[in-house]
Amino acid sequence: MTEARFPHRVGVDVGGTHTDAVLMRGGRVLAEVKARTTEDVTSGVVAALHGVLGGGAEVRNIARVVIGTTHFTNAVLTGTGLERVAAVRVGLPASASLPPFCDWPDRLAGIVRGPVFMVEGGHECDGRPIVPLDEAAVAAAGREIRKAGIREIGLSAVFAPLDGSAEARAAEILRDVHPEASITESRKLGRIGLLGRESAGLLNAALRPLAARVTAAFADAASASGADAPLFIARNDGTIASAAAAAEYPVLSLSSGPTNSMTGAAFLSGASEGVVVDVGGTTTDVGYLRAGFPREAPREVEIGGVRTLFRMPDLLSIALGGGSLVSEGGDRVGPQSIGFRLAEEGLVFGGVVLTATDCGVAAGWASIGDSSRVRGLSRQVVGRFAETVREQIAEAVDRMKPDARECPLLAVGGGAFLVPSRLEGISETVTVPHAGVANAVGAAIARIGGEVDKVFHDVGRDEAFRLAQAEAEARAVSAGADPRGVEMVEREDLPLAYLPGDARRVRVRVVGEAG
Amino acid sequence: MIEGARELGPVEIEDLAAGAWILGAGGGGNPYHSLLNLRAETARGFRPVVVSAESLADDDLVAVVSTMGAPLVGEERLPDPGVAARPVQVLAERLGRPFAAVMSLEIGGSNSLQSFQVAARTGLPVVDADCMGRAFPEAQMTTFAIANLRNYPFCLADVRDNVVIVERAASWQWQERLGRVAVTEVGSIAATAKAPRTGREIKDHAILGSVSRAIRIGAALREARERGEDPVEAVLNSEGGLVLFSGKVSDMQRRTTRGFLRGMATIAGLGEDRGSTMELHFQNEFAVAFRDGEPAGMTPDILTVVDSATGEALGTEVIAYGQRVRVIALDAPAALKTEPALALVGPRAFGFDLDFRPLFA
Repeated sequence: MTEARFPHRVGVDVGGTHTDAVLMRGGRVLAEVKARTTEDVTSGVVAALHGVLGGGAEVRNIARVVIGTTHFTNAVLTGTGLERVAAVRVGLPASASLPPFCDWPDRLAGIVRGPVFMVEGGHECDGRPIVPLDEAAVAAAGREIRKAGIREIGLSAVFAPLDGSAEARAAEILRDVHPEASITESRKLGRIGLLGRESAGLLNAALRPLAARVTAAFADAASASGADAPLFIARNDGTIASAAAAAEYPVLSLSSGPTNSMTGAAFLSGASEGVVVDVGGTTTDVGYLRAGFPREAPREVEIGGVRTLFRMPDLLSIALGGGSLVSEGGDRVGPQSIGFRLAEEGLVFGGVVLTATDCGVAAGWASIGDSSRVRGLSRQVVGRFAETVREQIAEAVDRMKPDARECPLLAVGGGAFLVPSRLEGISETVTVPHAGVANAVGAAIARIGGEVDKVFHDVGRDEAFRLAQAEAEARAVSAGADPRGVEMVEREDLPLAYLPGDARRVRVRVVGEAG
Repeated sequence: MIEGARELGPVEIEDLAAGAWILGAGGGGNPYHSLLNLRAETARGFRPVVVSAESLADDDLVAVVSTMGAPLVGEERLPDPGVAARPVQVLAERLGRPFAAVMSLEIGGSNSLQSFQVAARTGLPVVDADCMGRAFPEAQMTTFAIANLRNYPFCLADVRDNVVIVERAASWQWQERLGRVAVTEVGSIAATAKAPRTGREIKDHAILGSVSRAIRIGAALREARERGEDPVEAVLNSEGGLVLFSGKVSDMQRRTTRGFLRGMATIAGLGEDRGSTMELHFQNEFAVAFRDGEPAGMTPDILTVVDSATGEALGTEVIAYGQRVRVIALDAPAALKTEPALALVGPRAFGFDLDFRPLFA
């Protein structure tokens, strides 16, 4: 296996302000670097890679380079670098009044929305066709899209997660008449919930050309740093995919930053289950880890104002961080923050603004900057501050726990000292070593994943699990996994009592090493 | 415009949807998709007209509409004004008489917007009334069933050109059973028009002013948010409602049986309620609340769980451990609190051996 011959792994996390990198061997962090994210991104990545590799002998021992990036999120939030997309929905006469893009904010729709086609076809909840697929209409749509010079297509079909045949056939026809097109098929991304699943596919299609450019630039950056190893991209669910596979499904990498923080924290602390609290400068992200992977959001997640329904981590963000402003009496912390200007404007750094970090230093939780500058803070104010922070974090933690049972809490991020050491319902608070680069560690240690989340009908529970696992394994292999080493790490089923017949939603996740 | 009629603008449609979600008592379905339809219609210039029941002539015919089906199916086969209008148009042909107005079966949840979607296609005015005053899990839990009005003909249409008319049904229960069979066959979702009502019947037996009530609640929420005030307080002030309990969800149990979502939410008290526990039982909608084992509120009074901070109603399908919530109660319409009404919509109809104890005199 590559693992034995090339024992080193490199993880990189490209954030809004910092690009972090680590070099790991087994469970050990050999080198860590925090560089500034640069305007062109690539030079920041090169700098970070140089930082951890130093041009040393390890360069030849690297099994893989994994990069997690906020590129795709930023593209959606700012509306830059997005491609115009054609939408094809199979489902008429159902759902006719709410066409693709119907609930997108005007700004993003103006950038992404291309021609929209709705054709007859799709399925009922019990697997019967609504009406036969109108193949001629699909072909006509494909020809028009080609004529309009549009190459990205978002394809959806009513109840495709339950029966994908209409969507698959439509994709075949579109490829036939428009061979240059790349087609994002909704059922490969999301579950039942037409608009949310379809919007995830449309966003994916809009991001694909950018994803191809970004992954190519990352590959250049890796070779420029001398690391001649395969490149992988981190995904939302705590797994990784080959650069080629990742470029096909950029939405699956939209939220890899917070995910990598969580999986990195779990790895560094040896825990696989618990609440992860990632305290940054302005916000705190709280998530829940199960079997080493972040729990998935149960409902729609808004991205840049677009309601989407696909595999995203379940995260709760609260406006509390190291740079949060503290009111005079200590009874209000945040939501305003001075963010990264903390290092100039915070009291302990010689500034004049009272921040959460200053109060944390005054409370003796951390020694940062010049503690003599906060000696004047009254004990009362510091006490009230501590109570306010505790309440905010306790509520967020409680909301993210699955039930009342005690579980561990993993604290990461630059402001981790704000997390109280004891909280109700928490068995222990673990402060994670190398917490500042937990996200890069999460990228470095991640394995290649394949996940299936779909509805099976009338096949029985065991057969449904078997089919789902086979499909998940095929996905892992196509994302770059070695077929011999794929193992199942999670599976669950949920009977759908509302639907006729023996319908169950089955979710299976497998992971494997690179082939 | 005729006396007692008024036009609704886009903001009132938004308020209606938000208020209807509160009146859903945890059920009734999220009005999101129907609201999207109405946003699109109003953007094209549609301005629904709402009329008071009093403005109807006694022999006017009113269509009573709803969507019937499984909530999950409604996530793929989305509501459509054209389909919503079909059974109304067919029933009018069958009766040989035009309808004078349209009314939603229930004001709670997504069905509150059904009449407006029909109005968008037919041009009919919407009656400021419904026959539940909230949401209920079963179609016969209506003031028309309570009054034992005629329950047929009943019409159901799907997205193709399938239309079923149930000419006669021996009882409201039979109408529900026959309807269920047809709905399942066309894909577990269909637009329906229940037995038509006369203007006189609406005036005598419908719950009047319920559209206005939903709009008022939604406006109270919106205005309080705009002013940075407590939206829950605003709703309670507007409706004379009560806070039954404040706390955090400490346990949630759900099971689906015979097409209903049943279960119980347990809420551990915070603030003034610290040390106490509330158990809220539901069957699609919240039915009975127990505080430390003692009944503290029950159907038909409207029990709703709202997010403590935002005031947004939380459906029984999304309540989860750890949420900070307030349990509020709003007065049920008087028509639901009579002896014959309580037999159909009181606690015993939900399997609780309790006499109805009203929270509001």
